[in-house]
Amino acid sequence: MDKKPRSLRTLIAVVVTLVTLGALIWGMFFTADYLVLDPKGPIGEAQKDLIIISTVLCSIVIVPVLILTAIIVWRYRDNPKRKAAYKPNWHDSTILETIWWGVPILIIVVLAAVTARYTYALEPSKPIDANQKPLTIQVVSLDWKWLFMYPEEGIATVNTLTIPEDVPVRFQLSADSPMNSFWIPQLGGQIYAMSGMSMTLYLKADEVGTYFGSGANFTGEHFGKMTFDVHAVTGDDYQKWVDKVKENKGSTLTEASYADLAKPGVMGETEFSSFPEGLYDKIAFKYVVDGQSSHHGSSGTADETKKDGTDMDMPGMSHDSHQMGESHPGH
Amino acid sequence: MLDSIKDFASWFFVTGDPLIYGADVSIVLASAAIIGVLTYFKKWTWLWKNWLTTVDHKKIGIMYILAALLMLFRGGVDALMMRTQIALPDIKFLHPEHYNQVFTTHGTVMILFMAMPLMFGLFNIIVPLQIGARDVAFPFLNALSFWLFFMGAMLFNLSFVIGGSPDAGWTSYPPLAGLMHNPGVGENFYIWGIQISGIGSLATGINFLVTLIKMRAPGMTLMKMPMFSWSVFATCIIIVLAFPILTVTLALLFLDRFGGAHFFTLDLGGNPMMYINLFWMWGHPEVYIVILPAFGIFSEVVATFSRKRLFGYKSMVFAMLVISVLSFFTWLHHFFTMGSGADINAFFAITTMLIAIPTGVKIFNWLFTMYQGRIRFELPMMWTIAFIPCFVVGGMTGVLLSVAPADFQFHNSYFLIAHFHQVLIGGVVFGYFAGLYYWWPKMFGFKLDHTLGKWAFWFWNIGFYVCFMPQYSLGLMGMTRRISEYSWDTGWAPLNFISTIGAFLMGIAFILQVAQIVKSVFKHKKVSNDPWDARTLEWTTASPAPEYNFAVIPRVRAVDDWWETKERRAKGIADDPQPELEPIHMPKNSAIPIIMSVCWFVAGFGFVFGWWWFYVPGLIGVALCMIARSFSYDTDYYIPVDEIKRTEAAIRGSV
Amino acid sequence: MAQSVAHKGKHSADHDHGHHDPNELKILGFWFFLISDVILFSVLFATYIVLRQNTAGGPTAEELFEMPGVIAETFILLTSSFTSGLAVLAMNRNQKKQLIGWLIVTALLGAAFIGLEVSEFVNMVNEGATFTTSAFLSAFFTLVGTHGLHVSLGLAWMIGLMIQLGKRGITETTKGKVTVISLYWHFLDVIWIFLLTIVYLMGVM
Repeated sequence: MDKKPRSLRTLIAVVVTLVTLGALIWGMFFTADYLVLDPKGPIGEAQKDLIIISTVLCSIVIVPVLILTAIIVWRYRDNPKRKAAYKPNWHDSTILETIWWGVPILIIVVLAAVTARYTYALEPSKPIDANQKPLTIQVVSLDWKWLFMYPEEGIATVNTLTIPEDVPVRFQLSADSPMNSFWIPQLGGQIYAMSGMSMTLYLKADEVGTYFGSGANFTGEHFGKMTFDVHAVTGDDYQKWVDKVKENKGSTLTEASYADLAKPGVMGETEFSSFPEGLYDKIAFKYVVDGQSSHHGSSGTADETKKDGTDMDMPGMSHDSHQMGESHPGH
Repeated sequence: MLDSIKDFASWFFVTGDPLIYGADVSIVLASAAIIGVLTYFKKWTWLWKNWLTTVDHKKIGIMYILAALLMLFRGGVDALMMRTQIALPDIKFLHPEHYNQVFTTHGTVMILFMAMPLMFGLFNIIVPLQIGARDVAFPFLNALSFWLFFMGAMLFNLSFVIGGSPDAGWTSYPPLAGLMHNPGVGENFYIWGIQISGIGSLATGINFLVTLIKMRAPGMTLMKMPMFSWSVFATCIIIVLAFPILTVTLALLFLDRFGGAHFFTLDLGGNPMMYINLFWMWGHPEVYIVILPAFGIFSEVVATFSRKRLFGYKSMVFAMLVISVLSFFTWLHHFFTMGSGADINAFFAITTMLIAIPTGVKIFNWLFTMYQGRIRFELPMMWTIAFIPCFVVGGMTGVLLSVAPADFQFHNSYFLIAHFHQVLIGGVVFGYFAGLYYWWPKMFGFKLDHTLGKWAFWFWNIGFYVCFMPQYSLGLMGMTRRISEYSWDTGWAPLNFISTIGAFLMGIAFILQVAQIVKSVFKHKKVSNDPWDARTLEWTTASPAPEYNFAVIPRVRAVDDWWETKERRAKGIADDPQPELEPIHMPKNSAIPIIMSVCWFVAGFGFVFGWWWFYVPGLIGVALCMIARSFSYDTDYYIPVDEIKRTEAAIRGSV
Repeated sequence: MAQSVAHKGKHSADHDHGHHDPNELKILGFWFFLISDVILFSVLFATYIVLRQNTAGGPTAEELFEMPGVIAETFILLTSSFTSGLAVLAMNRNQKKQLIGWLIVTALLGAAFIGLEVSEFVNMVNEGATFTTSAFLSAFFTLVGTHGLHVSLGLAWMIGLMIQLGKRGITETTKGKVTVISLYWHFLDVIWIFLLTIVYLMGVM
């Protein structure tokens, strides 16, 4: 090997590495926002804190391990000039074993405690602020669009959501399609939207802004099109928007037009000045047979341990009767 | 008449995409070429006698590995197609429907038809040799397991050209996978492909448990068993306990689709959430089924190439058994977002975190095996060293995901994708590669080319990080899995593009590995029994091992018995005198496993299309094969001492 | 010299390890199979328990189950378990005729059990309670039917075994086979007890 091609190769390697790293850094920091790490509401905020706490806790073990790996591999490489010790039969040490069973156990205990606390605090069906009346929005995943109904305002939208800032929103989630997942990263984590039942998710926007939302769980052919914008606006603007939608009498959602809407297909944003009363319940409980105590009564093994199974009957249950599907997906 | 044939053909065969036609042509050409070569060289009898009907665990192992590499190719092509489609916004390479099929088959193939058979291949080749046995406990059943896997895999892959591929994701959740939303035959291919090979997997689990319990060489107590064999033991326990769950789950899904049952339907009382629970009650243990043997391989490799005894043997065994128990109590972390309530989520979050403890302990033990050792950077060791940081980081993101409320933000996003690819590639694939490089000389009598291997190694590793690290970022940017299109204003394009480059680097790495194998086959040096200066029993016999493995069954005194023997020899202490040779009892070849599996294939194909005139004869064939087996008493023979002497002399002469 | 004798002794121990007792392996393997079968039934039981209230307006357990038939089935199956035990005892005494005789009795009882079960199913279907009526009935037929399928396969297996015993008599190989099938038969009995309790008794209570 003569020298030239070798240095050329080195040069190419360096250039390629730099370009890749450059592109990576550019891609990572200058092209898009880390939505999850840039929350605009209390739920997302708490989840971000939790992500940071758990990362730090894990790093207590991970970082030393990575450093140790590098040192050991380098120091004990097989090299005639190497002077490091070689003890082929040393294979046991109670002290060391105690340390590396003990330290991870301690960290996991701390992490488990933190997790448990946050799990109860961030239970999705838990109201955000007891003193403030939440706005209810009923969400239905369809093939392949989102239907949002505002029962208090009597209006509905498709693939676009407008909410007032600083007001907790109680989302009731169901589906008239395969299971989807309702996710607005900057407001907080997702929850499944499932056919034949209703789930509850509380979120709140602290700031005016437009936030990205999507259907996170695969529901078939065009599920990738199920993105939507969430417009968080001031209370006044919210009222103006509601009035504007109500005025447009030309566009209403009826039983018949819902049947069309529910057919598989893709569509843009739409607003309806009214929708049939009780449509949400009709969708969420359409598979419940009258005279039967429960439909999706028990949701598999995980739910068997639930202590109260009292909220089993669903027909005619109004959406205000709290805690129905929320903490018990099966009920 | 002609029209109806045409209609049938356009429904029966997958049409409409040039990619498919290309695949059709290459499948026909490849099959024709194989048949041509076999006929021209008059190799049909050889193939039938030496391979298709063999019950020799070493040959079965090799067939498993070949099939697994083929499936790795298919799954890899799927991956590259996906990455191409989402490299940038608005690429019209794959239609969404097609994209959905591709990610479904990618996942299914990689887990069930790549990782599992690669693992079983290594089990087969190594376990009997490592514990000083002449075969597995049930050689016939072993052959049957292989052929069931193979026919299941073929049935699944057939959906690519006939009937249409499944497209509900590798998890195949109803109601999406139910008849209501998915009336085509693709899901049936999924169910039967997995079901048929799953029976084989269960049988393999039982087979190796009995082998490990009953057939260890004299003197090898459980606590002297090599760590890879221990890992196989732990894995097989999980297989026996977990696979029946999958069998039932898929059977129920099939009854829904085929027989009009209401297990997972939305109407008439079915419960789709039950499927999700059942699927992951198998699915999570399945992850540990494939990772534990990789842990075993790392333990062997790290000791051999550090020339040092494995650190903390007892602790390693204990950690592995703890993992196999805990693996059954974490399944719900796959769907924290189902809203099971804080009690349940907290419970499963904590059980999931607990697994990090024994896993972490294993990492420390490997590190301290290297500590004060003499590390040689041979290919198996390179993969092992690459594994440690990769798996440590992947494990850490796993712990992050286990934090239930935080998982609400990670779930279904690319963060999750990055995590499980990091543990499955960085853990399982790296591990099996290490195992393949390590034991390749034992399988074929030569090492794989080092230079090409190094190139492949660097391409794999760099490609891996370039591909998957950006995906963690993408997840935090809100990109969800399984989408086939996104718009420019999401800002996800640059990282996706980089990620795709990484994927292609890994594709190049795979090609380099194929080149490495081809080159090594044609140009290599024969190696002795023990080319790596290793520690366990498989290195005491010839490479490749003779049909009967050991002319005389070894007697074991210690962990790393072969290493100790070498130490004694170095000190000038003579070996124990060898007992006299005796005729060796061996199982006879049998055609029943392959025939019975073909019958299963026919039956499965019939069930896919609901054609009784396929599945009834298929099932009758299966029954006849079982009867034939039950009534055949002439299933074994003895190798006479003379022949053993001749074989042994030939082995000594050839090295 | 003493050493070489010692070696001879040791060697014969090795010899045993070279040729493992096939029956011992088979029986252990079969135990593992039974464990996996226990899991299989557990999943079916769990499914049934989850779905048993989901009758979707169709008939319920109380309306459908007729206990006299079920109790008869129970007694028949328990008795067959007993007679299969007698068959093994006869085998251990090396009495081929008794062995085959008891196996025939066992198989006949098994067939009677299947007959009763089939007629129970037919009655239910005639009353409009079919496999596709509701989740409860899908789960019921699948669970009970899987057990019935196990019994039927056992019957076919037993017939094959009787032919082999007739042809070859009691040998090491056939002994192993009889031991395994009797294990299987007892196992099905145990599963039936659970079926009786969880499906039928809890259904009518």
